[in-house]
Amino acid sequence: MTARDFAIRYGFLLLLLGMVGLFGWLQPGFLTVPSAVFILQSVAITGILALGVTCTLVVGGFDLSIGAVATSALMLAAYVMVVWEMGALAAVGLCLLMGAGVGLVNGLLIVKMRVPDLLATLGMMFVLIGLQRIPTEGNSIATGMALPGGGVAQGTFSPAFLALGRYRLWDVVPLSVVFLLLVAVLVWVFLELTRHGRLMYAIGSNAQAAALAGTNVGAYRIGAYVISGTLAALGGILLAARLGRGDVASGNNLLLDSVAAALIGFAVLGASRPNAFGTAVGALFVGILLQGLTMLNAPYYTQDFVKGAVLVVALVFTFALTGRGARARA
Amino acid sequence: MTGAAIRIEGLTKAFGPNRVLRGIDLDLPAGAVTVLMGANGAGKSTLVKVLCGVHRADGGRVLLEGRPFAPASPAEALRAGVVTVHQAIDEGVVPDLDVASNLLLDRIADGSVGVASARRLRAAARPLAEAVGLAADLGAPVRDLPLADRQLVAIARAMAHRPRLLILDEPTSSLSEAEARRLFGLIDRLRAQGVALLYISHRMGDIRRLADRVVAMRDGVIAGLFEERPLDTAGALRAMLGRDLGEAELEPAAGGRPVLEARGLVLRPGARPFDLVAREGEVIAVTGLVGAGKGTLAGVLFGTERPAGGDLRLDGAPFAPASPAEAVGRGVFLVPRDRRRNALVPDWDIGRNLTLPFLHRHAAGPFLRPRSETALGRRMVEEMGVVCQGVRDGIGTLSGGNQQKVVVGRWLAEPCRLLVLDEPFQGVDIRARRDIGARLRETAAARATLVLVSEVDEAAEIADRILVMAGHTIVAEHVNRALDLGAVMREAAEAAA
Repeated sequence: MTARDFAIRYGFLLLLLGMVGLFGWLQPGFLTVPSAVFILQSVAITGILALGVTCTLVVGGFDLSIGAVATSALMLAAYVMVVWEMGALAAVGLCLLMGAGVGLVNGLLIVKMRVPDLLATLGMMFVLIGLQRIPTEGNSIATGMALPGGGVAQGTFSPAFLALGRYRLWDVVPLSVVFLLLVAVLVWVFLELTRHGRLMYAIGSNAQAAALAGTNVGAYRIGAYVISGTLAALGGILLAARLGRGDVASGNNLLLDSVAAALIGFAVLGASRPNAFGTAVGALFVGILLQGLTMLNAPYYTQDFVKGAVLVVALVFTFALTGRGARARA
Repeated sequence: MTGAAIRIEGLTKAFGPNRVLRGIDLDLPAGAVTVLMGANGAGKSTLVKVLCGVHRADGGRVLLEGRPFAPASPAEALRAGVVTVHQAIDEGVVPDLDVASNLLLDRIADGSVGVASARRLRAAARPLAEAVGLAADLGAPVRDLPLADRQLVAIARAMAHRPRLLILDEPTSSLSEAEARRLFGLIDRLRAQGVALLYISHRMGDIRRLADRVVAMRDGVIAGLFEERPLDTAGALRAMLGRDLGEAELEPAAGGRPVLEARGLVLRPGARPFDLVAREGEVIAVTGLVGAGKGTLAGVLFGTERPAGGDLRLDGAPFAPASPAEAVGRGVFLVPRDRRRNALVPDWDIGRNLTLPFLHRHAAGPFLRPRSETALGRRMVEEMGVVCQGVRDGIGTLSGGNQQKVVVGRWLAEPCRLLVLDEPFQGVDIRARRDIGARLRETAAARATLVLVSEVDEAAEIADRILVMAGHTIVAEHVNRALDLGAVMREAAEAAA
């Protein structure tokens, strides 16, 4: 293994370890359990969204609507419980159904109507951003709010629902982190160990070859968007459970943060392709960096800058280093 | 001949431990066509890439009209007058721009053509188009042009640089006969203008028609130079392969019971209906010019296209596949043409490329069984004679011939009723072609095999029966015994006219 191969494979993980070491040295409070838990909790929702978008990247697509799906799920959950006064189970079920439905529509637009993926999901993003505010005329949803048709909303967030965002196993590990780990493992197993995942990678690499090998390319493409939509809705549910109200302004950064995590994932272990493990590491990387900077009292507005810089460095890792390697092999 | 335009002295190039060029000495005279032959892996492409500035040589030197020439980039080589037309035509054009902009692209890029009206662009581009006999509408986007015209656009663009050396890398591999003739006319004119031409091809017809000299490469050195008339192409072939190949001898088999029966098949509206019976154990070659309808036949059999009429039966049962998946389910497999576009998964290793169509055989429920995959990979690499280190090698590290062995092997992994191969020998060196052909005949007993090729000698090498296709119908049929290949070729050409 040459020095470059080593750098491509382990460079990003070493960078991650180095960063943890540096923050721990500068700020002793960094290397503690509460700090670690906080980091995990902060990346849980973007991580779940990022794992969904990873599935669409695998089939050579892209889902720009995940952020909007998540906030729509947030609003829908709040509406179901506060206005319709239904329970946690109904809220979760309807949200997941909504996410899967949006994914299905995205997939159909892209596969059957042949709308390019970026445009279809961008359009869907706008539709959802508008749609989620129509029932409440643009207001946030909370118990006691005035309804457009007159009257006051009487329902409350059910405690079971709130527990999704707030309960901690053994008083330490938040439930949302457990969800992240579960989703990460499931997506990893699906993409790496099943034939469906393998065929999805084939589609992303050469869709024509996959089709002529007898693969139902359209179905897998649609499936990827359904997975993406469903996971985005799950993220929205967790966000709603953490906030405890249907806040129209929350979730602004979800799309960009999760896309960044998925793209950073390309660089992990020199994969040069979307992959579940890399996406999880990418999300963690961004979380650690932000937590470290916050503990060092860096001002909030440096955060986006730092995230952007990390993304660019990761993309350089992926494309410049491995690209040069590929040319030398040819 | 007016002396050497290019002189190559002791050129070496290695990638890691792999010494690809091991001391090349070669003169390329102006006003002559030098044909470069070599099996895949001989170092042809590396030599070309050094000349056109993609790779830098490790040792030795190149003189261009007496001056040292060591381009650091393709742009530099272009400025010095070394112009390359690549096999992959779309590398040389911008499909979304119109023809005029494509022709003037280099001038637009270096700033000598600034903002101009479409009319002025077309006026400036017209002489360039006329110089190569390109008759296409200059305002049309290049992606709407036929392949041959796209290639002419690439060549016309190259001509704007007043080339001293023009390198053509298998330029006829996707051209029809008439298109190839037009290209040959252009090459004759360039030769008369004193351009040195380096022409890389596996096609004997091209070589006989064009070559002033033939250079054979093997294992990174020049294995033979032939310039005495008549050119000793057999000797060049020997030098390139390092052994006598001999003619492929085969005893045509009659075939057993019918597998595929087509009655009154109409491939497209207006085409004459035809019948076709493919029997078990039989290898049938369908030959014809590009555009004769071979691709449509493959598409109809594999469920990507619908026939305009007629009746298809497979083992006596009606057969009208609506998708490749359905065709595969009925035991009809297709090795598609153009493996890069239609068959290879470029990011994957050999093993994964081999298991792609029958992945469910290597899975328990949804979960893959890596050991089963590796076992199949090893078996197919062995059976097909793929030259590689192991099944974990990236598919991109293989030569074209070995890639094709993988693509064919992937479909030989499971038994089938009808195996269709569409141009399986495109961009495959002669040795790999013989290997693949032999393997196809060895395994042919339990199925019917249909090979679609535009080269008649490829058909004669492999088939029991040869059908000639033209105008989307079958115009002649021959048993492959003491065939006059020239006559078969004329049949295909005349029926098309």
